[in-house]
Amino acid sequence: MSASASPLWSRRGFLRAAAGLCATACVPEDPRVLRFWAMGREGEVAMQLLAAFERENPGLRVRVEQLPWSAAHEKLLTAYAGDATPDLAQMGNTWLPEFVALDALEPLDSNVRASREVELRDYDPGIVDTNVVDGRQYGVPWYVDTRLLFYRRDLLAQAGYGAPPRDWDEWLRMLGAIKQRVGAERYAVLLPLNEYDPLVALWLQQGEPLLRDGGRRGNFRSEGFARTLRFYLSMYERRLAPPATNNEIANLYSELARGYFTFYISGPWQIGEFKRRLPPELQSAWMTAPLPGPRGPGASIAGGSSLAIFRRSRRKAAAWKLVEFLARPGIQQEFYRLTGNLPARRSAWADPSLAQDPYLRAFRDQLERVRSVPKVPEWERIATELKLMIEKVVRGDVPASRVAEELDARADRILEKRRWMLDRGARG
Amino acid sequence: MRSSLAAWLFVAPALLAIAVFFVVPVAAALLMSTTDFDIYALADLRNVRFVGLGNYLHLLQRPLFWRALLNTMFFVVVGVPLSIGTSLAAALLLNSPLARLKGFYRTALFAPVVTTLVAVAVVWRFLLHTRYGLLNYGLSSLGLTPVDWLGDPRWAMPAIVLLSVWKNFGYNMIILLAGLQAIPGEMYEAARLDGAGPGALFRHITLPALAPMLLMVSILTMAGHFQLFAEPYVMTQGGPAERTVTVLYFMYEEGFKWWSLGSASSVAFVLFLFMFGFTLLQLRVSRGTGTA
Repeated sequence: MSASASPLWSRRGFLRAAAGLCATACVPEDPRVLRFWAMGREGEVAMQLLAAFERENPGLRVRVEQLPWSAAHEKLLTAYAGDATPDLAQMGNTWLPEFVALDALEPLDSNVRASREVELRDYDPGIVDTNVVDGRQYGVPWYVDTRLLFYRRDLLAQAGYGAPPRDWDEWLRMLGAIKQRVGAERYAVLLPLNEYDPLVALWLQQGEPLLRDGGRRGNFRSEGFARTLRFYLSMYERRLAPPATNNEIANLYSELARGYFTFYISGPWQIGEFKRRLPPELQSAWMTAPLPGPRGPGASIAGGSSLAIFRRSRRKAAAWKLVEFLARPGIQQEFYRLTGNLPARRSAWADPSLAQDPYLRAFRDQLERVRSVPKVPEWERIATELKLMIEKVVRGDVPASRVAEELDARADRILEKRRWMLDRGARG
Repeated sequence: MRSSLAAWLFVAPALLAIAVFFVVPVAAALLMSTTDFDIYALADLRNVRFVGLGNYLHLLQRPLFWRALLNTMFFVVVGVPLSIGTSLAAALLLNSPLARLKGFYRTALFAPVVTTLVAVAVVWRFLLHTRYGLLNYGLSSLGLTPVDWLGDPRWAMPAIVLLSVWKNFGYNMIILLAGLQAIPGEMYEAARLDGAGPGALFRHITLPALAPMLLMVSILTMAGHFQLFAEPYVMTQGGPAERTVTVLYFMYEEGFKWWSLGSASSVAFVLFLFMFGFTLLQLRVSRGTGTA
């Protein structure tokens, strides 16, 4: 609170002055060049897609800067701190709230309303919702992902079941039957102790908010979390899932091929990996299925990446043109062919390569039932606490009865600054 | 008077560099450790609150911090003697007149030091694998029960110690080898004429002659061990059950994963105090025994 607004104290002012010096001296800013940051494989592929965009817009050039996924978040934050944000960037859906809290992103509501290319009705509502923070739209979904079941059809059939589970009870019965067949050395499902997504997806199915009071406090002492936790922990207690992290599995694909487990909860990127890495004789033995819910098919996490425009960009209109271009169903299909990333536009799914892919059917179905994780910057940290707590319970360090209270205490502590900010905002 | 002014002028560039690149950042970090500087403060400096010693007090109440401290102490207390012992043993073997192919072994034993850790981690993950690992294969052929090295909370840190000793002992080995080669052969000869055995030679000639080297090696090794980070980062990400979270790893997560830079700075200062204290202790002990 001691920070005054005097220019000496203002770090941003200082940086801006430094950046101003630099902009004139060392980095010539070309007004016709759009800077677009994209991650990993998407960044590689974006360059191929954009040739058509540059042909359509002769005065514009796009410079794609490719970031590795592992460093992307940090780079975006440091770019923000150093006044060097690009014009637009690919952004993980769960990162958006953080950059909105920084006031780094441009709201896109009026662009979307006026646009003939971006039709929000053509997107899954759960996905669009991840881009809406405090009632305003800050991104346009580029591609989507969610978590669902990958399983060995042959092992499930040997246990006496011809179709994947639809609800939790049925799933537990199947897991029990598989476990009986495979014995003590093998398992029915892999739920790595260092991943929180499966548990969060199951909790989202309960239909209650994961944080309460508008994201001010944890909601771990709720009925829904208690039910989810009981279900989840029972899979470890009954030895249906190995009490292990991914580090101990070493090679997921050879373990699945060996039948070390039958079910695994993961995302669309695994389709390509399974095709590449499972042996040929097993290629017809695996399948995907929507995530079972407490009573019938359940919800899952709304994931994927969106395109967002930075507030400090001086080429917002051109950046929006690029967003519109990348949202076209035809371009989305092309993008799918190049990367395997699932198109956010529903109409793009009419393409035969998507519509007739047997592994994608479950994804199309699941995407109708996706929900956003809490849209607060602190969510990932809270989810990490959840993951650590579950690991401790499974390893016997903490009794299951103390989980909810302890997690609420930690979440409340993490959200303390947010509460202070919101209260101050309400007063001011 | 004039000459002292000239002296100041001469050291001024160095002092200036130290001030800009060391004193100012440290002072800024100290200041930051008394605030709750975080992601919100990055957006607007008015979101910074001055919390005094709050970060430090809160740190002392966090079980994870104590866990990290305990893990680090385990690594230092077990790892430093083991590492120096291995280096010394390897140096003695290489310095033995009986050793053949010295150049080859010296290079081979030094190779892990210059290998990238990420590549090493991949190999070690297979060596340590519960079901297919070479280490467990060895254990079970000796009739011992296999160990879940990276999955069992009791064994994860020992596994990291093993990896780290293997990775780093070559460095100290080279330093100690240089020390050994500097000991004049006449001293051994004289002692042997007086009837000293190999044990007595080692205790009364080799060790005292190596003492200054050993002190330096132990200070450097300890400082390095207190800052354990990369091994758990690539091998276990702090798991299982937080048993390989070290103080530096904890600081990294606070600062660069969660952007709680205020609290991360306070961790840095606590770690500094610990290392400072231990180094003072080491110097005092070595002075007490008259080796430095």
